[in-house]
Amino acid sequence: MAANPGSAAGAVLPAEHIAVSRWTRLLENQRVLAVALLAPGVAILAFFIAYPFVMAIWFSLTDISVGAVGKFVGVDNFAKAWEDTIFRTAFRNTFFYTFWATVFKLSLGMWLALLLNRHFRFKRLIRAWMLLPFIIPTVLSTFAWRWMFDPTFSVLNWTLFHVGWITDRLPFLSDGDWAMWCAILVNTWRGMPFFAITLLAGLQTINPDLHEAAALDGANAWNRFWHVTWPLLLPVTLVVVVFSVIQTFSDFQLIYVLTGGGPANSTHLVATYAYQIGVASGLLGQGAAISLFMFPVLFAVVWVQLRYLKRMEGA
Amino acid sequence: MVIERRWKKWLYFYIPLTVFVLFTLFPFYWMAVTAVRPDPELYRSWRAANATPFWTLDPTIEHFKGLLESTEFLQWLWNTLMIATVSTIISLICGMFAGYALARLKFRGSEFLGTAIFITYLVPQTLLFIPLADIIRNMQLGNTPWALMLTYPTFLIPFCTWLLMGYFKTIPRELEECARIDGATRFGAMVRIIFPVAVPGILSAGIFAFTLSWNEFIYALVFLSSVEEKTVPVGVVSELIRGDIFFWGQLMAGALLGSVPVALAYSFFVEYYVAGLTGSVKG
Repeated sequence: MAANPGSAAGAVLPAEHIAVSRWTRLLENQRVLAVALLAPGVAILAFFIAYPFVMAIWFSLTDISVGAVGKFVGVDNFAKAWEDTIFRTAFRNTFFYTFWATVFKLSLGMWLALLLNRHFRFKRLIRAWMLLPFIIPTVLSTFAWRWMFDPTFSVLNWTLFHVGWITDRLPFLSDGDWAMWCAILVNTWRGMPFFAITLLAGLQTINPDLHEAAALDGANAWNRFWHVTWPLLLPVTLVVVVFSVIQTFSDFQLIYVLTGGGPANSTHLVATYAYQIGVASGLLGQGAAISLFMFPVLFAVVWVQLRYLKRMEGA
Repeated sequence: MVIERRWKKWLYFYIPLTVFVLFTLFPFYWMAVTAVRPDPELYRSWRAANATPFWTLDPTIEHFKGLLESTEFLQWLWNTLMIATVSTIISLICGMFAGYALARLKFRGSEFLGTAIFITYLVPQTLLFIPLADIIRNMQLGNTPWALMLTYPTFLIPFCTWLLMGYFKTIPRELEECARIDGATRFGAMVRIIFPVAVPGILSAGIFAFTLSWNEFIYALVFLSSVEEKTVPVGVVSELIRGDIFFWGQLMAGALLGSVPVALAYSFFVEYYVAGLTGSVKG
């Protein structure tokens, strides 16, 4: 049967042969082929993103919980969340966490990119190492940080004590404010490589002649960065920041492992609190409403991004 | 003059770079040291006079043995590998097809679809996990690997599509046209001409998708419940912390072993990974 598929199929099964060629001819039509090629991906996205999104809105307007059919309650869930002090804290934390983590990731990532853009020995090796925090699963590396912040066995306390900077242990994760800054530190550690490597790729497209020309005109290193590098890097910087803001704003795993929202619910983010209400307590409607509070912000960020892309295309 | 320059290079280059390297790598070193440190030494207060936090004098493999004997760690590793591989393959196939259609074919609504796919790229899992858990349960997929194999592509397809669309656009049209003149169908030209040329782009998308699925946490946490179905991150979180007790030695051993496959995949394809990373944001 494998010897001569064309003629064999044609002789034995003429109908199928014609059907196949008709199918082939149909696929020559650009529109038909496009539909056929896009169908699998679009189907998955529609069923597992668009549909659950609509469901999330429906859930948030009902009092559905695990094992109970929900009935329509209007915006009660949103109102209830807004009056909940833990939610208010989580909401504020989410902005605080996103803002500071992004500031640190951008500034340190930019600095690192500028360092890596120079020529030195073992450059490729060091660049590869630098990306490790970004590829190692966040949950696993966050455990290493949690252990470093451990109240009784912290290596950081040991080091600072022996250097002589502290006389008593620092309350890394046992104080709400400290814990928030620790989370920001870990997030910075994890996200900085993404900024550095992407900005480095941007730096490498900048023509070195521009720097030389600026240097000849007497610009010092800072001026060359500010007036040559920064404006040219702005487009790629903006895209990286948008991606990072979305990831950080919707972060879950880092806080879940590092603090679990504690101490005393002081470090919850919107996502971890939505998990606590929606999954741990089983109040699906309330949980869905809480996670939807993220939507306006994410929508605004994406909208700015799209507007910017459009403008770039127009220019 | 020369001396001053060298001093400057140390101040502005070597010292900052060293600090960055230490900051980046120390947690991994700490993982490794903790994983081989015997328990009595592990639970010695930071005030203790004989504390040697940065190294250990009698390394042990106790924690690794404990991890492999008392937990389903190898099963978790296998689950994670299967789920990451299958969802990467599904996403690559969908992404290659969709990327080609958006890059090469003329049809109404192509711009709209491209934008729509880009937007789904930016919808985080934490917005959808509550209703999605319900959908998965209704489809009888709860607590099976398929729950993740079908949902992970939701964040991988958009990114694969965008990355590959960009890559396909850089391939000269003439290549395809030659094949078409020789009688190849559109579909045939795509599979036999464009895809082979795009192998570097496909590798980039694949390696990036693989690490993303290996890293995913919240869907795995919510959709899987029985111990033997879990992935590494979820298994480590839920089985190595019992009540308030953290088994730090085993936790760090698990973190180390759980990172190895993804670190290996990464180290073999560093350049592709970087290309995927930088390409994924250029859109």
